[in-house]
Amino acid sequence: MRKFVLNRLLQIIPLLLGISLLSFLVTRLAPGDPTALFIDPNIDPLELARVRANWGLDQPIFIQYLVWLKNALLLDFGRSYTTGLPVITEIGERLPMTLLLMISSFILTLLITIPVGVISAVKKNSWFDNLFTFISFAGMAIPTFWLGLMLMLVFSVKLHWLPAVGNLALPLITMTIGSLAGLTRYQRGAMLEVLNQEYIRVARAKGLPERVVIFKHALRNALLPTITILGLSLPDLFGGAFVIETIFAWPGMGRLGVQAIFQRNYPTIMGIVMLSAILIIVGNLLADIAYAIVDPRIRYEKK
Amino acid sequence: MRRNKAAIFGLAIMAIFLGLAIFAPVIAPYSPDEISSAGASPPSWQHLFGTDDLGRDVLSRSLYGARISLSVGAVAVVIALLLGTLAGAVAGYYGGWVDGSIMRAVDVMFAFPSIFLILAIQAMLTPNIYNVMFVIGLTSWMGVARLVRGEFLRIRQLQYVEAARAIGCGDLRIIFRHMLPNAQGPIIVAATLGMAGAILTESALSFLGMGVQPPMSSWGNMLMDSQAYMRDAPWMSIIPGLLIMVTVLSLYFIGEGVRETLSPKERHAGS
Repeated sequence: MRKFVLNRLLQIIPLLLGISLLSFLVTRLAPGDPTALFIDPNIDPLELARVRANWGLDQPIFIQYLVWLKNALLLDFGRSYTTGLPVITEIGERLPMTLLLMISSFILTLLITIPVGVISAVKKNSWFDNLFTFISFAGMAIPTFWLGLMLMLVFSVKLHWLPAVGNLALPLITMTIGSLAGLTRYQRGAMLEVLNQEYIRVARAKGLPERVVIFKHALRNALLPTITILGLSLPDLFGGAFVIETIFAWPGMGRLGVQAIFQRNYPTIMGIVMLSAILIIVGNLLADIAYAIVDPRIRYEKK
Repeated sequence: MRRNKAAIFGLAIMAIFLGLAIFAPVIAPYSPDEISSAGASPPSWQHLFGTDDLGRDVLSRSLYGARISLSVGAVAVVIALLLGTLAGAVAGYYGGWVDGSIMRAVDVMFAFPSIFLILAIQAMLTPNIYNVMFVIGLTSWMGVARLVRGEFLRIRQLQYVEAARAIGCGDLRIIFRHMLPNAQGPIIVAATLGMAGAILTESALSFLGMGVQPPMSSWGNMLMDSQAYMRDAPWMSIIPGLLIMVTVLSLYFIGEGVRETLSPKERHAGS
């Protein structure tokens, strides 16, 4: 087990290097200069050169990357071009709001997905199953931002039940419906597959009550794919946060990121990309470890 | 069987939408940029879907928007399929370090929230329709690559591949003539789901103002326009969203139908 975790941790290093290099290239290879957006074009050329040197923009791009990397290892992601604040401070202020949104959505998703998936599988083709099949497909097909707009239209504009911005309820519902749909399908599929296994028949044959068969024998195994899918869906969760936070003016990291992109605020963009990547990778690692704990077979496989 | 009905329903809807998009200039009651009423007016017999804030006919704009949204989806998914199939086939066929490095690249791409990467690239380029297609394609090939690689790893061990090698077929011939046709089922499923994903991404991108640019209409940028008029002209936001949803749903149904036809096992276990 220790070797497995260590092995996975080592794989993270090249992954993070690749991500940082790719995002650095994407932000820096763009035509146009960020100084053009923040500095009066009539400025004295000497002064401009000084600002560029100050931001490190006069160096070759590879050197710029190495400098960035060296500082990043010390958790210094530079200063935001727009506010002048250290990026790490800026993100630090916004991150709790994003985590609040994401974690509550995550918990709500699990609380709904597992029972719905189980009931749908056990009562296959019932009205309950059909209803949730329809809801899942609709949920997967609705653009998240449009769902947000529609909820806002109904609950804020028409019914005046909830404020359109500054309230957790609407962004939370939007995000949860978005991630719920696919996961419920997986949970149902996994449960159906497990229910067809021999050992379930054995458990039933030896007279165990149905409740024990389903929750003790079947559900534990049917949770495995759900763990993996949850890990894999993390990037989507972050992606969703960018759009949802923008619509609901939620003061989190996603909205900061979208603003930074529009303003070509390189240091902030890089900081957010790296932080999301780290959170995504750690999430996947936790999912893998959880999987290995629940299913010992994984640990003994080669690789 | 139930799911196949859904697939046929999906195909029918897609065929209708495709027809409407192609014949938009004939069907549309107004030109998409024509100002045909003073300000936003609700749906009526003159304007079945109402008009937008500038007085342009929403039905006509939706029809022209269908052309843009569907073609962005189709071209983006073709790019993703080409890249993904190539990467997956090479990785799965050659294995070893080739496989290792391609799959690490896939891991790197997968660890990004893709909408963020797309937004960042779009902000650097001039956001126009060709860049949208290209960038969505470039950032959505990884799933296909993993899928094709998996298929190739499986097929590589089959006897007919060995036979092909024994009679002296070259690598390229084995990959493209012998192995790829046998991996096409999952690729078709990935194509329909990928097109659905590309249409959703385009709409999100255009909604944020980083996709298809006005005056060209796409379902996504119609939604962007609608945001300021939700109280007074809700039809402006309801209609394009419904169109996106129905399109994506149809593509999902088609994909599920194909998947089910391909793997009879899942039909029994699945649903």
